[in-house]
Order: sequence, then structure tokens, then C-alpha cells
Amino acid sequence: MDKITILQGPGIPLKRSNVDTDQIIPAEFLKRVTKTGYDDALFYAWRQDESFVLNQEPYSAGGVLVAGPDFGTGSSREHAVWALKDFGITAVISARFGDIFRSNAGKQGLVTAVVPEEVVLALWAAIEAEPGVAITVDMGAREIRCGEMVASFELDDYTRWRLMEGLDDIDLSLTHADAIEKFEHLRGNWRPTTLPARTA
Amino acid sequence: MAPRTLAQKLWDDHLVARGDNGEPDLVYIDLHLVHEVTSPQAFDGLRVAGRRVRRPDLTIATEDHNTPTINIDKPIAEPTSRIQIETLRKNCEEFGVRLHSLGDIEQGIVHVVGPQLGLTMPGMTVVCGDSHTSTHGAFGAMALGIGTSEVEHVLATQTLPLKPFKTMSITVEGELRPGVSAKDIILAIIAKIGTGGGQGYVLEYRGSAIRALGMDGRMTMCNMSIEAGARAGIIAPDQITYDYVHGRPHAPEGAAWDEAMEYWSTLHTDEGAVFDAEVFLDANDLEAFVTWGTNPGQGVSLNGVVPNPADMSDEHEKAAALRALEYMDLSPGTRMKDIPVDTVFMGSCTNSRLDDLRTFASIIKGHAKAEGVRVMVVPGSARVRLEAEAEGIDKIVEDFGGEWRFAGCSMCLGMNPDQLAPGERAASTSNRNFEGRQGKGGRTHLVSPMVAAATAIRGTLSSPSDVSAEKVGA
Repeated sequence: MDKITILQGPGIPLKRSNVDTDQIIPAEFLKRVTKTGYDDALFYAWRQDESFVLNQEPYSAGGVLVAGPDFGTGSSREHAVWALKDFGITAVISARFGDIFRSNAGKQGLVTAVVPEEVVLALWAAIEAEPGVAITVDMGAREIRCGEMVASFELDDYTRWRLMEGLDDIDLSLTHADAIEKFEHLRGNWRPTTLPARTA
Repeated sequence: MAPRTLAQKLWDDHLVARGDNGEPDLVYIDLHLVHEVTSPQAFDGLRVAGRRVRRPDLTIATEDHNTPTINIDKPIAEPTSRIQIETLRKNCEEFGVRLHSLGDIEQGIVHVVGPQLGLTMPGMTVVCGDSHTSTHGAFGAMALGIGTSEVEHVLATQTLPLKPFKTMSITVEGELRPGVSAKDIILAIIAKIGTGGGQGYVLEYRGSAIRALGMDGRMTMCNMSIEAGARAGIIAPDQITYDYVHGRPHAPEGAAWDEAMEYWSTLHTDEGAVFDAEVFLDANDLEAFVTWGTNPGQGVSLNGVVPNPADMSDEHEKAAALRALEYMDLSPGTRMKDIPVDTVFMGSCTNSRLDDLRTFASIIKGHAKAEGVRVMVVPGSARVRLEAEAEGIDKIVEDFGGEWRFAGCSMCLGMNPDQLAPGERAASTSNRNFEGRQGKGGRTHLVSPMVAAATAIRGTLSSPSDVSAEKVGA
């Protein structure tokens, strides 16, 4: 995974709350077996409307998405993260995220910055005053900057460190290989195994 | 030891390594359920890294999201669905994972299959690349929906790095009135705490109304925990749980059963344990609940009316309501019971188990469906389908004018051909009323099996009492 230190791009205002992952990418696009190529699928239904923000310039090439609360609720589909990244969204700023979406984003190098509601409103106002204005997400300083505005954001230390170092989660867990093996020897005998297969 | 909640006990008992300095804990996973949609990229990841599945014997796969519910003996017509299912079959063969394919007696919705095989039990950690994995919490298990990166992680390591969750108790005391069920309790809870209310929490459902539910009802409750934004929902195991598990194919036997029971009897929240948040709900007051909007928190009593966004103080709530009413083509003040539907969908991991089908059948029996309404009944698994047929439920559905389908996720998310047409309105026993969830432009009202049945008879959102009142009047 690439190391992420500072991200910068036009702020994209998505003035909706409760943006569920079915909206981010509808189920019809989940039939693919690849991890890339989802840029056209992003917000597919909403993008049928020409006035939708991602159809407007200067937002159609991606940037930093600034969304209402409860972004990424619902289905666990990681395709939502892949689609945002494929479209060119490098970070999402919101007051609240769906837990699974946020976890998926952290694994895939999409920054999810939690800020107070007032910061979202201020960013929307800044973008409205100057469409295309750049938002900087500084992982080291844990800061969002936009024009004169500076706000700190919340992202847990571990995820931030992992993203900044570009580390693979599986490798990190496998440093505990001995502990995993030891744990497996102590599991109760009653715990089921799927193999050999039994049916009624 | 200080008193602990059930969630804390489950966590402690699966701790492989405690994280220091803000690192997550490493948690062992007892059961990994796999399906065709969220796994192909995970298996690819293993191949690229040259990794194997660490514990194929703790992993099981089934085909559910894409599978057709008619003509299942023919090749899957839609090429992308077919490729995805073929990919799962190839991956399971290559990595030695047990798979129940379309046509197999144990095929079905992944969250129906696990419990039915006796693979879901109290005291376990269960994961699946599907947010409705929370279903399995009904057994007193820690059950988490995960993304594809985490699917790969569990395949490779049988563990997950996780930060401890907060705990919320949701106590439901009292006795449900006739016509009110587990689905109504959970819809009322989501309306109360909101779709983000559970974020970061494990919800523990407690109280006399929960204890009175059978396992199928408890699974309905835990299933929709994710709709409140929660990481998981759990219910402490009791005799109802043990009776359900006992004798199932993978249930422990003999000394192993005794060992299990000894452990399971410790799986409850200790007296004096402290939750991070507490919510109370009176079951006696509860009425059948339905949704009017486009997220599961936008619900109201079936006897109520479509709310007026102008009455909402929260700006986001108001904006979301305005948008939802436009999408749903509804006006404030409309009586919910005056809303006509085109389709009734009885199925999904929320409500497709035998108890659900029995309830639905008991209400429609002897009636004919409302004219012009499509009624689709989709059992949760091939085995549930057979069990229902043994009781004549298929005949009741067909005599009613409904369609008796093969098992799968079906119209819950319309990844197979079972979809709503644009503008079509459904009463659905599923879990999500998101825009376009059941088909592009489709409109969904989430309901219980009882309300689904009554609605199928009358053609407008209805409760069973509306049906019996008519019978008396006739």
C-alpha cells in the first residue's frame, strides 16, 4: 500500500446525510470479481441526474469529499471504498461514518476524517464561496486545511500510523503467529469444525 | 474479577494478543462464513501473496446473493452472476473450503445456513463479508460483518485486529400484543436510536420480551442491529438457545456437550456490570411498525401517518425526510394503512426462517391475494423450503396466488432477477428500504411477516386484525 502523508484536492460538497453504501455503489455492480474499474459505478443512480455534484465541474475528477453525517452506513461491501478511490476520491470528511465502511476504508488507503458538524458546515460554505477550493488533509499534523481554515480531525492512532507507513494488516497480524497457534491449542473441544462436513 | 458484560466476556475469551499503545487487540475467529459476492477479491489476494486458508475447517461457503429462485436446475442466465458463482466454486476447490452450491440441501442464505447446521453456537466469534452477520449474535455469539480486506485477513490468519467496542443494553420489558413481533421491536428500536445510534457499540438485547422470543425471532432482532449502525447485537443464551442447538449436525455431543453447557452457562452479563449506554423500551405499548422513508430509522406505527418534515427540528433529519418523501412519492399526513403496494416480498436473512413462513402462512390461509399484487415467498434455505413444504406451506402460498420460490437473498437486494420495477412499491420483510435497494426506482416499506401477510390479502399496508375484522363483518 502507498504511504499517505498529505492529500490535497478540490473539496466536493455532498450535502446529504445517511449516505448508505447501496447509494455509493448499487448491488448490480457487485457481481464483478475484480478490485478495480468501479469509477463509473460510483453513486450510479444519483449520477443519472445531471445536477448531481459529481457531474459538475470542478468535481468530476475527484478530490476530497465532504459529506453529511452517517456516511457509509448499511452493507459491508468494500466495493464502496474501491469505487470512491477509482473515481479519484482520496479522503472523505464527515461527522460520523458507518463502522464497517470506515474499517474497510482504513484497509484500502481511503482516509476517513471525522470532524465536528460545524467543520463540515464551514467547509461546505468555503466550497460554495469558492468552488474548486483545495482541501488539504495532513495526516502527520492530523489537520484539515482549507484557505484560512484549519481544523483537526479524528482518526485512530493505529490506522493513521498504518496508512502513513503503508503497512499491510495481514503481515502485522502474522507477527503474532506463535500466539495464534498457542491460542488454537487451548480452544475448547466443543467448538465446531466445518470439516468433516456433517448434514442432517 | 470485576463484573463484566456478555460482550466483554466473549471478547476476553477470544483474545490472542492484547494491543499495546493504541494498537488493536488480535481476536480469534471461530467460524468464517463465505459467499460469492465479497470473497473473490479476498481469494485473489491470498493467491497474489502466496498464502493459504489457515483453517479451512473453520470456514464454510454458500451461494446466496446472486442465485436465481426459479429454474435452479438450468445454468444461471445472467453472465456476471454466473461468473461470480463459478469463481466461488473454483476458489473453494482450490483452497479446500466446504461449499454448499445451488441445488444442495444445505444451500441458502449464509445466515440461515450457519445456525441450521449447528455451526453457530453460544460463545463463538463469527464473521462473514456481509453486514447482516449480526444475525448470529442471537445465540450469544460475537458476530461481525466485515469487508473484503478483512475476509482475506481471516482466511489468512483466522484472526482480526479489532478495537474493543462500547456496549449498549437495550432492555425490552413486557408482553407483546397480538400482531406485534420481533421485527416490530427492532424497527421501533432503530426509529428510537437512529441509524447511527449504535455506531461503535455492541447492542445486548435483554428483558422479558426478548426472553419470550424463539430463536427465529431473536435472529430477526440481532440481524437488524446493523441498521442501527451497531457492530453487533447479542442475546444471552438460555434454554431456548440450547434446545435449538442440541442435535443439530455440528452440535457437540456427549462429554463435549457437557463441556459446552458448562461454559455457556457463564455467558450472561454479570450483576453490576456497567454498560456504556442503556436504552429501555416497553413491549406492552408496542404496535406493528413500518417504514415510510428510505432508511430503516424512518419508521412509524402502522396505525400512524406519514410524518411531516416541517415538524422535525434536526436539519439533517428534515432534509433526509423531504428527500425520502419525494423518492417514496408520499405526502405528510397520509395514513400508513392507506398506502397501496404492488408487491409483497416475504424472505431475506431477516425473516425467511420456518417460524416466519409459518406465521405468514397462518394469516393468508383460506384467503386470496389482493388483485394485482405480486406475492413472492422465498425461504431462507433449501432445507427451510423442504421443512415448510412438509407442513403444506407451499400449497397455502400457491392457493393464495403467491409464488413459492427457491432459497436465496432474492429481492432483498435484487442481485438476481427478483427486482422491483421503477416506481413499484413493496411491503418487504427484508432489512433495508434504501433508494433502489430492491430494484432501480423501487420503493420499499419494511414490515413484519404478519403485516406482509395482511398486506398481501388487502393490497394496502395492513395488520392481521384488519383481516380478521373483515372476516367478522363479512
